[in-house]
Amino acid sequence: FVWIRFILIQNRAGKTRLAKWYMQFDDDEKQKLIEEVHAVVTVRDAKHTNFVEFRNFKIIYRRYAGLYFCICVDVTDNNLAYLEAIHNFVEVLNEYFHNVCELDLVFNFYKVYTVVDEMFLAGEIRETSQTKVLKQLLMLQSLE
Amino acid sequence: RNAFQLCQIQLYKLKCVSINLGNGVLVCGGDKTLDGYSKKKYVCKLLFIFLLGHDIDFGHMEAVNLLSSNKYTEKQIGYLFISVLVNCNSDLIRLINNAIRNDLASRNPTFMNLALHCIANVGSREMAEAFASEIPRILVAGDTVDSVKQSAALCLLRLNKTSPDLLPMGEWTMRVVHLLNDQHLGVVTAATSLITTLAQKSPDDFKTSLSLAMTRLSRIVTSASIDLQDYTYYFVAAPWLSVKLLRLLQCYPPPEDASLRSRLTECLETILSKAQEPSKSKKVQHSNAKNAVLFEAISLIIHHDSEPTLLVRACNQLGQFLQHRETNLRYLALESMCTLASSEFSHEAVKTHIETVINALKTERDVSVRQRAVDLLYAMCDRSNAKQIVTEMLSYLETADYAIREEIVLKVAILAEKYAVDYTWYVDTILNLIRIAGDYVSEEVWYRVIQIVINRDDVQGYAAKTVFEALQAPACHENLVKVGGYILGEFGNLIAGDPRSSPLVQFNLLHSKFHLCSVPTRALLLSAYIKFINLFPEVKGTIQDVLRSDSQLRNADVELQQRAVEYLRLSYIASTDILATVLEEMPPFPERESSILAKLKKKKGSSKLPDLDDSRRNVNGSAEHTDDTETSPSLSEDLFPTDRPHPPSSFPSILFARWAAGVTNNIIFPVFFRFVCKSNGVIYENQLLQIGLKSEYRQNLGEINALSREAQTSLSPATWASFSEGIQRHSLAKRHRS
Repeated sequence: FVWIRFILIQNRAGKTRLAKWYMQFDDDEKQKLIEEVHAVVTVRDAKHTNFVEFRNFKIIYRRYAGLYFCICVDVTDNNLAYLEAIHNFVEVLNEYFHNVCELDLVFNFYKVYTVVDEMFLAGEIRETSQTKVLKQLLMLQSLE
Repeated sequence: RNAFQLCQIQLYKLKCVSINLGNGVLVCGGDKTLDGYSKKKYVCKLLFIFLLGHDIDFGHMEAVNLLSSNKYTEKQIGYLFISVLVNCNSDLIRLINNAIRNDLASRNPTFMNLALHCIANVGSREMAEAFASEIPRILVAGDTVDSVKQSAALCLLRLNKTSPDLLPMGEWTMRVVHLLNDQHLGVVTAATSLITTLAQKSPDDFKTSLSLAMTRLSRIVTSASIDLQDYTYYFVAAPWLSVKLLRLLQCYPPPEDASLRSRLTECLETILSKAQEPSKSKKVQHSNAKNAVLFEAISLIIHHDSEPTLLVRACNQLGQFLQHRETNLRYLALESMCTLASSEFSHEAVKTHIETVINALKTERDVSVRQRAVDLLYAMCDRSNAKQIVTEMLSYLETADYAIREEIVLKVAILAEKYAVDYTWYVDTILNLIRIAGDYVSEEVWYRVIQIVINRDDVQGYAAKTVFEALQAPACHENLVKVGGYILGEFGNLIAGDPRSSPLVQFNLLHSKFHLCSVPTRALLLSAYIKFINLFPEVKGTIQDVLRSDSQLRNADVELQQRAVEYLRLSYIASTDILATVLEEMPPFPERESSILAKLKKKKGSSKLPDLDDSRRNVNGSAEHTDDTETSPSLSEDLFPTDRPHPPSSFPSILFARWAAGVTNNIIFPVFFRFVCKSNGVIYENQLLQIGLKSEYRQNLGEINALSREAQTSLSPATWASFSEGIQRHSLAKRHRS
């Protein structure tokens, strides 16, 4: 099976701002993975690709200001598709939080999960239309 | 920030946590019930604290209670909590499932989605059992809202992964396939993912999805950008859906139906052509989205491996990317071309890019890109370019990252052997490997070069000469000493005529490295020395002196000591004939599959790297040598081609075995020497009587049984008057005293 294993948003210092897991890991394994991803991704710069081999998988990542957005996928998955899936997601966050910054993700963590679940589910891409996602998010926001 | 400040921050955090926890406990501990709002805030705070990294082992009940609220915000927090902090308590599970059941039945799309997302996120067995039949029904029901269909499809996908036995797919198959025609592209996206997963397990059930998928893909690819407004991303029409449809198509071989096949070919050609059109936008998002579809299409073309024009076009497109200014694209092009190299239709086209790939090897700054270049060179290697590629790989090896050296060494060794027309080139290549990356030259590689030299008369002299010269280097790698020691031991006579490589010179050369080497190498050198005694009687004395020295005879290592003792003794007691028989040149090894290929496969695991052998049909039509999927033969089998496997340390025993086999009747020899190696046998025999020994040894204890019987050679049975047996112990110590 080919699917997303996890999505991570980390800052440069290694603090996790979002961790979404699509595979069973216990808490220790999760912590170890988080540290490994951070180590692998923060040493890379502009001359590197946006893809890096990671254990038996690969990580597609991009840095936005102080935050690294990482998606862990199968080695046979489509790199560019996921690279743009990240960007699509970031554009939605940006629109939803009006020029999103790291603190928005910290204080509205439960809303971030909602955004994630709109666009990704069960390790697959769920919805890609920014218009549709934002419409849904605004509707949910209006609910009591 | 100094340590004091850090402590303060930590204290503050802890205070916050304890206040919140304290509040929670205070509030919950009392009899008064929390209202929904407070409960929501409390559970949310607990979740936040948990996500900060603190352990939380309460709050589940409150979270579960929130599930039954009719307010979205409260429900949402409740579901989020239980999805993140999964609890296995069976009562809680029962309550959670009840809440989910209610929400699924509520006909409120928002609530239904919350419930479905929870199942998709948690995916436990209990949930699968509870809802496996409900979810397909929701998915295909006419009155289900689009967004709920999306969630239901992916929820089903999750359950299928963890509890496939519980899903009653049969009756829903057709309706699921039909979702590919939905007008909501989000639903189609989710459905495509679901079908792709299900099709991998039961491809026949979902065959009908092929033509629907193809139609959908064609419509997207040929659409004008205004058609799919919501799903156009930076001027690219539904890129993710296109990629998913192309992946679905890769679950199947090329369509048998001719019209379907031509439609697909047309679609793929359109995608390839679009890549050549001038871009509608300069933004990297546009080119990434467009190329995502392109690369997936090329993947499909490679997977089908049936349309030469498409394969060649794909190769040309990738060739252009090889020199693109974006590293991502160069990387992906190298990776993709690697699989193209193994197709007979595109192999030649791939080879035309060899200079670009070699250049990438030299100039790329990201090591992972250089690695893809190495992989591609390996994949595109054939008789016409082998020398060039091996040279480039060797030169790259000099500066390669340590992490990838072993793999490059294995690949060079495989290529050098496979494409060697002239085996002197092969020998040079392996010796170069040892010189450049000796630490990464595994045993399989140097065993192989020895096997080949032994099997090929024409290269033995060259090997001896080359190895002799290489050993002159002041600091040579231990692997070179091993190879050199073995080869000179076997074939040193071929260069002994030249005074510069006379026997004594050869011996001194080897012996100069002796003390720098590890035990296994020294053991090998000792064997080379006894071979020298056989080959060059004139150095016998010199070598015996070395063997006789205390550092050999009393060496702390048992193996070295045994060899020194046995070889020294052998050199005294064996006549030239016997010695020549014992130390006869190694016979050729039986032809066998290279263990190097097996080792490389094990390293790469189940990677996308093509095999050199099995998947490629040779351009010239001749069969390449067959794929070796056996596990690597044991080391002893590689070097000792006898029927019984001999562990290396019994090498001297083999000498005796061979010697014993060669013993002729007129050699008189104290017979009890036989029992050094054998436990049983005849110790004395004449016309009347045969005495045999049967002995057994375990650690420091031994048992010897002496048996006597009538000799089998007696012509007529004798009549025995009396017979007595006795054992006389003959102590060596006694003898010495007198």
